[in-house]
Amino acid sequence: MAELLQNLIDGLGRGSIYALLALGVAVVFGIMHLLNFAHGELITIPGYLTYWAFNNGWSWWTVVPLIIVSAVISSLLIERVAFSRVRGAKDFTMLLTSFGVHFIVSAGFLLYIGAAVKPYPRPGWFADTISVGSLNIEVFDLVVIGVTAVVLAATTWLLQRTMFGLALRAAAADFDTARLMGVNSDSVIRGAFALSGLLAGIAGVFWIMREGQVTPTAGINPMLQGVLAALIGGLGSLRGAVLGGLVLGLAEVLLRSWLPVGIQNLTTGFVFVMIALLFIFRPGGLLSVPQVERV
Amino acid sequence: MLEVSGLTTAYGAINALRDANLTVGEGEVVGLIGPNGAGKTTLLGSIAGLLPISAGAIHFDGADITSTAPEKILRSGLALVPEHRRIFSDMTVEENLKIGGITTKASERAELLDEMVELFPVLRDKWDTPAGYMSGGEAQQLAIARALMSKPKLIMMDEPSLGLAPILVDLVFELLDTLRSQGRTILVVEQNATRMLEVADRAYVLRSGEVVADGTGRELLERSDLFDTFVGG
Repeated sequence: MAELLQNLIDGLGRGSIYALLALGVAVVFGIMHLLNFAHGELITIPGYLTYWAFNNGWSWWTVVPLIIVSAVISSLLIERVAFSRVRGAKDFTMLLTSFGVHFIVSAGFLLYIGAAVKPYPRPGWFADTISVGSLNIEVFDLVVIGVTAVVLAATTWLLQRTMFGLALRAAAADFDTARLMGVNSDSVIRGAFALSGLLAGIAGVFWIMREGQVTPTAGINPMLQGVLAALIGGLGSLRGAVLGGLVLGLAEVLLRSWLPVGIQNLTTGFVFVMIALLFIFRPGGLLSVPQVERV
Repeated sequence: MLEVSGLTTAYGAINALRDANLTVGEGEVVGLIGPNGAGKTTLLGSIAGLLPISAGAIHFDGADITSTAPEKILRSGLALVPEHRRIFSDMTVEENLKIGGITTKASERAELLDEMVELFPVLRDKWDTPAGYMSGGEAQQLAIARALMSKPKLIMMDEPSLGLAPILVDLVFELLDTLRSQGRTILVVEQNATRMLEVADRAYVLRSGEVVADGTGRELLERSDLFDTFVGG
């Protein structure tokens, strides 16, 4: 029982980060049908800035805002430089463009900074635990879960209660009709990328803290987890993305604990098998949205 | 107020609209009739900026709006109630209306919401309901109210009576009368040609992508050579 509880907290902590990443992927997909394989660059770029900042005497207090702001700016820049040029193109064209962005950014870091692992210190409280009865809860997990809950509540408020949120939802439901109502296509798309970058930045803070190092390909894992979680939840559904992230995190942790010793290294493989099974029974993901044909 | 000249819109190799000319004066109710596939929806879509234009020019309220983005055209005061209503079905009635008024100030938007509820009392009962749960007639009223939320100088409607029960069709035509009495300028595509001609100040007849006749409603009703166009719709 205690072990299960421990695993649940552990899984929710992991899953929260995935949920934030997946939500960012889903916001952009919803509005322009772009499955963004460059979403991980919003972690790689702030990751290198973190390395640079610590070499210049910064502390986590100043690095956290640096990570978030740089993720938002990177997201907007990538939209401006790459995705704005393929707006309205076929989904596949946009997908390839996002791959292109990923490879160019990681090749840039490889060329100009090098393949070597760049380490930086984790925060002092990173490994702290709190004992509750027989449970040893990581403070890091609690912080992640708490911050994610607040961020999700704020995002819900933004989407439900503000005109920007309404415009974003309307544009995701029917882009042309939203424009007929006066929703500015440039602003709403840039807004979606800013929100996506903000969510990736907050997830990035935790991801970057946890890794303690950065490499040119550091973005691949967070991107994969984010895209996978969005797919599990049902691409285009924002609630689904959050749910998918939590499910993915829990599945990873529970499998690792339940799999017999010796094949625990196969956790990822088992996760993919489970995802394959999910798609056989629910091809649209957990909360699939009916796909409206776009004209 | 609206002046369309020599408008040609192509879908691939097919010219869906050829050299169309049309004007709408302030305070007028103008009908656009013709059989299915005549290019009526294409014409409205081209004016609203949804479709790429091959040739011709569109002037509205003194400004050239040819090949302008739909959101800019809306902001210049020209609204379209699109074919099949296209309401946001996952959003509530209130949210749909607010989106319609996204170009207005918050205080003004609140007043407009009250105004719409007065004009369309059925919306009040469904205020917090997702719009997808509304009946066809209710959804049509929402679609029109949503377009009115932007305080348009000219409102275009694409087949507002399509798919509605006869009693609701009556309601749509009564509504056109109400809007006219408010001094609004309206351009309506209607399949129900005879009734449209009875309501309209003037009308244009479209066939195979071309304007084949125009005149006052009365004049057109008396043109026996257009009879097939009216019943064929």
